[in-house]
Amino acid sequence: MIAHADTIPPARHPLIAWILRWILTTNHKEIGTLYLCLSFAMFIVGGAMAMVFRLELAQPGLQYVGADFYNQMVTLHGLVMVFGAVMPAFVGLANWMVPLMIGAPDMALPRLNNFSFWILPFAFFMLLSSLFMQGGAPNFGWTLYAPLSTTYGPPSTDYLIFGVHLMGISSILGAINIIVTIFNLRAPGMTLMKMPLFVWTWLITAFLLIMVMPVLAGAVTMMLTDRHFGTSFFSAAGGGDPVMFQHVFWFFGHPEVYIMILPGFGVASQIIPTFARKKLFGYHSMVYATASIAILSFVVWGHHMFTTGMPLVAELFFMYMTMLIAVPTGVKVFNWVATMWRGSMTYETPMLFALGFVVMFTIGGFSGLMLAIAPADFQYHDTFFVVAHLHYVLYPGAIFAMMAAVYYWLPKWTGNMYNERLGKIHFWSAVFGLNLTFFPMHFTGLGGMPRRIVDYALPYADLNMVSSVGAGILGLTQFLFLYIVVDAIRGGTGKATGQVWDGAEGLEWTLPSPAPLHSFHKPPQVD
Amino acid sequence: MSDSHDTNGTPRYYVPHSSIWPIVGSIALFITAFGAATFIQQSTDKVLTATGTSGEIIFYVGLAAIAFMMIGWFGAVIKESLQGLVSGLMDQSYRQAMMWFIVSEVMFFAAFFGALFYARLISVPWLAGAGDKLETHLFLWPDFAETWPLFMTPGGTATEAMAAWGLPFINTVILVTSSVTVTFAHWALKKNQRGALQAWLGLTVALGIIFLILQGVEYVHAYSDLGLNLSAGIYGSTFFMLTGFHGAHVTLGATMLAVMLIRIFRGHFTPENHFAFEAASWYWHFVDVVWLFLFTFVYWF
Amino acid sequence: MMPFRAFACIPAGIGALTRLPVFLSRSLSVGLLLVLPQSILAQGWDMREGVTDISQRIQTLHHISLFICLAVGIVVFGAMFYTIIAHRRSVHPEPANFHESTKVEVIWTLIPTLILIGMAVPATITLRDIEDNSDADVTVLITGSQWKWHYQYVDAGIGFYSNMSTPTEQINNEQEKGEHYLLEVDNPLVIPSGLKVRFLTSSDDVIHSWWVPDFAVKQDAIPGFINEAWTLVDVPGIYRGQCTELCGMNHAYMPVVVEVVPAEEFNTWIEDQRVAMELAGEAAVAARSRDWSMEELMPIGEAVYLQHCATCHQPDGSGQGITYPAQAGSLIATGPVDVHIDRVLNGVVDTEMQAWAPQLSDLDIAAVITYERNAFGNDMGDLVQPLTIYNSR
Ligand code: HEA
Ligand code: HEA
Ligand code: HEC
Ligand code: CUA
Ligand SMILES: [Cu+2]
Repeated sequence: MIAHADTIPPARHPLIAWILRWILTTNHKEIGTLYLCLSFAMFIVGGAMAMVFRLELAQPGLQYVGADFYNQMVTLHGLVMVFGAVMPAFVGLANWMVPLMIGAPDMALPRLNNFSFWILPFAFFMLLSSLFMQGGAPNFGWTLYAPLSTTYGPPSTDYLIFGVHLMGISSILGAINIIVTIFNLRAPGMTLMKMPLFVWTWLITAFLLIMVMPVLAGAVTMMLTDRHFGTSFFSAAGGGDPVMFQHVFWFFGHPEVYIMILPGFGVASQIIPTFARKKLFGYHSMVYATASIAILSFVVWGHHMFTTGMPLVAELFFMYMTMLIAVPTGVKVFNWVATMWRGSMTYETPMLFALGFVVMFTIGGFSGLMLAIAPADFQYHDTFFVVAHLHYVLYPGAIFAMMAAVYYWLPKWTGNMYNERLGKIHFWSAVFGLNLTFFPMHFTGLGGMPRRIVDYALPYADLNMVSSVGAGILGLTQFLFLYIVVDAIRGGTGKATGQVWDGAEGLEWTLPSPAPLHSFHKPPQVD
Repeated sequence: MSDSHDTNGTPRYYVPHSSIWPIVGSIALFITAFGAATFIQQSTDKVLTATGTSGEIIFYVGLAAIAFMMIGWFGAVIKESLQGLVSGLMDQSYRQAMMWFIVSEVMFFAAFFGALFYARLISVPWLAGAGDKLETHLFLWPDFAETWPLFMTPGGTATEAMAAWGLPFINTVILVTSSVTVTFAHWALKKNQRGALQAWLGLTVALGIIFLILQGVEYVHAYSDLGLNLSAGIYGSTFFMLTGFHGAHVTLGATMLAVMLIRIFRGHFTPENHFAFEAASWYWHFVDVVWLFLFTFVYWF
Repeated sequence: MMPFRAFACIPAGIGALTRLPVFLSRSLSVGLLLVLPQSILAQGWDMREGVTDISQRIQTLHHISLFICLAVGIVVFGAMFYTIIAHRRSVHPEPANFHESTKVEVIWTLIPTLILIGMAVPATITLRDIEDNSDADVTVLITGSQWKWHYQYVDAGIGFYSNMSTPTEQINNEQEKGEHYLLEVDNPLVIPSGLKVRFLTSSDDVIHSWWVPDFAVKQDAIPGFINEAWTLVDVPGIYRGQCTELCGMNHAYMPVVVEVVPAEEFNTWIEDQRVAMELAGEAAVAARSRDWSMEELMPIGEAVYLQHCATCHQPDGSGQGITYPAQAGSLIATGPVDVHIDRVLNGVVDTEMQAWAPQLSDLDIAAVITYERNAFGNDMGDLVQPLTIYNSR
């Protein structure tokens, strides 16, 4: 090997060598693992915050935390879950799987890959350090609405702003890397229309990231200058408008929610055919549907703002466009069902999670569609009905898809089978816990309970207690999941074969389990 | 191993075993961001509890660390390139990556253009009672009249507008010319005319620097003669944010081109193989196009 | 029960399903039996019907979309659970291998599109009517501020503030919570029944949102802008809602209470308010024309402080962190008295410390300043007279 300016000589001490290996690595599998670990840690942190406010919400009245701290918890919960748990989880998955699925030796830009990852721990350190700052952590919701976040935000807001900048840089660089890998490093014979669907969904997701993360950066930059440099983007006295912030934010924010779900669609589209032992139904229309969702996602942002006093035409436009998204999403759901139709199905844990994903994501989609009806949204908006919607699409949506993916590929990653029985217990207890947590929220919302309140009127007490109990159960299932994964890494229930699942197709299964650190140095031929 | 190598024997794909620079870069970015936040708090009156100069120092340390990282990282890549490790495939990857990076930059500007158009087409007319916002005008801002540029904000801050056909126009000519000269430089490079290449590229960098100087002169004029500053309402806000971020990008682009010039003096690049040069010139064209939009919508109309 | 008209269609839907295998419809109806009655019977679990034409139409829209979603759900999940059970490997070992059909793709693109168009039509009509703010009989300007509502009757020229009246003891679980816990105020908004009332919403600081579920009016109150909404209520009564946009610490404590009274009663109420305003004016003149003693001012000041200031500065004047400065030992409360008066009268721009001049009388402000300067161990010993406040306004 040729010596390079940027590789440093191996350290002597094994512990230091081990640490350095993870810090300096350019290997897509190792970086993927790093992403997954970070994401799970953030999931626990964000979940612990949810435990704090679920505890407070269990009964009316103030019990454990003050109103301001409650708002800080809600804000950080939203930010940590969105930017810390879901996004890095899917990027980690892309890192592991995209090169394996397209027969590439690694990501196209390995050093950049390491850079994208290592920015993140610092960004979250910065975000979370705000909890210990004078004046407390940001307390204006993950949507950062001005002027609560500008004129009235606590000092730590500035650290949030720069933290978001760091996350943005990381996401953009990561997305560039994934796009370039997909366009450039496919094995000979793998045309775009032969790519596994997971790769397709990530290609489109990466495109969305590149389009909207800079806009978020712009939005928080305007926040910063409004806070400190006298600009008046979000102040009427200077000719700006607080609602302008919402437009810019949601121009980012709505595509962002599809960034969090499209890779999940991809995962389901890999797993369902495997366990149905039947090819994915309607591959082409799946690709087109994903692309349509992505394109439509740029023109629906106003559905978060129906009550801000937009003109009627704008409200109608956003309502129609939002409703339209149900069509391509429906196509995906129908195609999954058609894939299963007359297959020969078995229900190992990945399949269970994938099916749970399809069912409960669809429920979340239904409530989304209801929210899209602008007149009705006047009643739903900013109530717990929205909270129910967003958790149905995000927890049994994004998180379930992620867990399905982990169970599905864990044998490939570790070389060992996880404990199937515990996996099933995990699935059913999670289904039970999450429905107990989030289903009642539909009713508290319809009954009129606003979101982001520390204390509520008496009629909502019972349902909130149910939600809080559910949240506790759901919280416990995370430790079961952790145990199963650690157990699998340490041997699990035995060695996995290269093929792992008898119905699985794709290049990743042609490799031995565990997948060697370096794979496909000689690109496979795809026919 | 024929599949994994280009015909000329370059490995088809080269993965650096490990690299120190990304982690250096992450730490540098973190120091810079942390320093910037602290610096801003300490130097503006918004946060009364934050005093001192530690933020400023941390910020500059961070910037220096970023510069260190860039020199090291790009140095490593250049070395690989000179050792012939960069295959055609990787060259492709670099090109696409640069292209997508520019797309993301375009979207960053789009956010501020969005703010500009929102102000011009929506918020300012609304404050003056357009559409269904008549009551806004009558109750809250009865004295406010819609103009663009916004000479008098609803809150009563006055400013004058920056004229389009003075310095800004000259700057437009300069920047468009520089886009042409960088193209000439590229042609010269492809024909291996090193002398012409150096001349054209040198001229481009010089034009970039002149642009920045004129921009500085314009800012001084705006602040001292026109009362046009960041606090002069949404006109001033969009004006300075757009031209300011553009200026920052010109600075970056000119620096990139200057580095290319130095490398050319050192004999780097061949007529076939000069991705870094091309990337820098793409970036320069992008900066130029953004300016054309700026000139049209910020200064002219 | 009226609100559940839409569910009447469900038996028909179930009937249609009998063409599917028997066990399927049976399991579905068991599911429905478990879930639906629960939500139907439990009071307040559905979107409210409300008391206006618009709120009822919105509820109908809600039921339509809910029902469509249920129906689509039954079909999709029905098919899915059928295949899950019928095509498991143990009973269906040989998978089929079809995997493409443009025809079905087109069908399941078109059908949802048609359903959506069907949903969009009534939604559009309702939305158009919601946004029709013309021809109102009464106009109320509603201004939110942290954390209270300011109601101004534009034509009658009267106005007042509306604060939550739930005692802190109830919030802190030291007292039994009342029936309208958190949904009660000192001065409710009063509007006439049978007349179209237009609400103009705005804000003095951050974005709030004024919501009365029974009217289906939810309109953001945005600083520097005015949004419009309207309602027409036929049934007199008391209707309760809340601020629904996160507006800082006490967002949960910013209720909306509206009292709808018959038109004649409304007119006399307006007259009463006018008279009360005049009386208050006279009382203010009387108050500033004499000197008040410490013994008189302190209890008034304490009451004002507890009602208006304590949420931020805390009952014992200890403040909260750096955001809400302590009054005990505060440089302002123990410094020159005119600075103190200025802070309280005019507030501090761009902070939660609002201008109290428009909200409180001379006497109240004089009393609260006196209180702040002598309570919490500040012991300044000085007195502030209403006349001083009057002159500093
Ligand atoms: C993964 C994330 C995700 C996803 C995928 C979605 C998907 C959708 N969302 Fe959701 N949404 C959020 C995350 C997400 N959302 C979040 C986080 C918020 C809150 C933000 C905040 O304020 O904090 C939010 C808020 C939100 C609002 C604003 C509510 C408010 O604040 O008042 C609206 C309004 O229109 C909306 C609509 C939709 C719609 C129409 C879809 C559609 O894409 C759903 C489409 C899917 C289906 C419809 C189901 C399957 C389809 C069929 C089976 C076909 C046939 C069906 C029919 C014809 C009925 N969402
Ligand atoms: C992917 C995103 C995601 C995920 C997975 C979750 C997961 C959960 N969320 Fe959250 N949520 C959001 C995204 C998400 N949320 C967003 C975007 C908002 C809006 C924020 C805003 O309004 O600004 C929100 C808001 C939100 C609210 C509304 C708050 C309010 O408006 O007042 C509630 C209320 O119950 C809630 C609850 C929960 C619960 C109980 C979970 C559970 O699933 C969590 C499961 C639990 C764990 C994963 C933790 C396990 C840990 C422990 C048991 C403790 C261990 C302790 C230590 C180690 C110290 N979330
Ligand atoms: C909504 C919250 C809120 C309420 C209610 C409130 N204040 Fe304040 N007050 C503040 C904040 C925030 C500041 C700090 C302003 C600043 O940054 O200088 C402040 C500052 C002050 C100061 C200056 C103290 C100092 O040391 O700087 C005085 C005096 C004061 N308030 C008195 C009052 C009185 C009297 C009332 C009630 C009539 C009241 N406040 C109600 C939020 C509030
Ligand atoms: Cu006012 Cu929330
Ligand atoms: Cu959305």
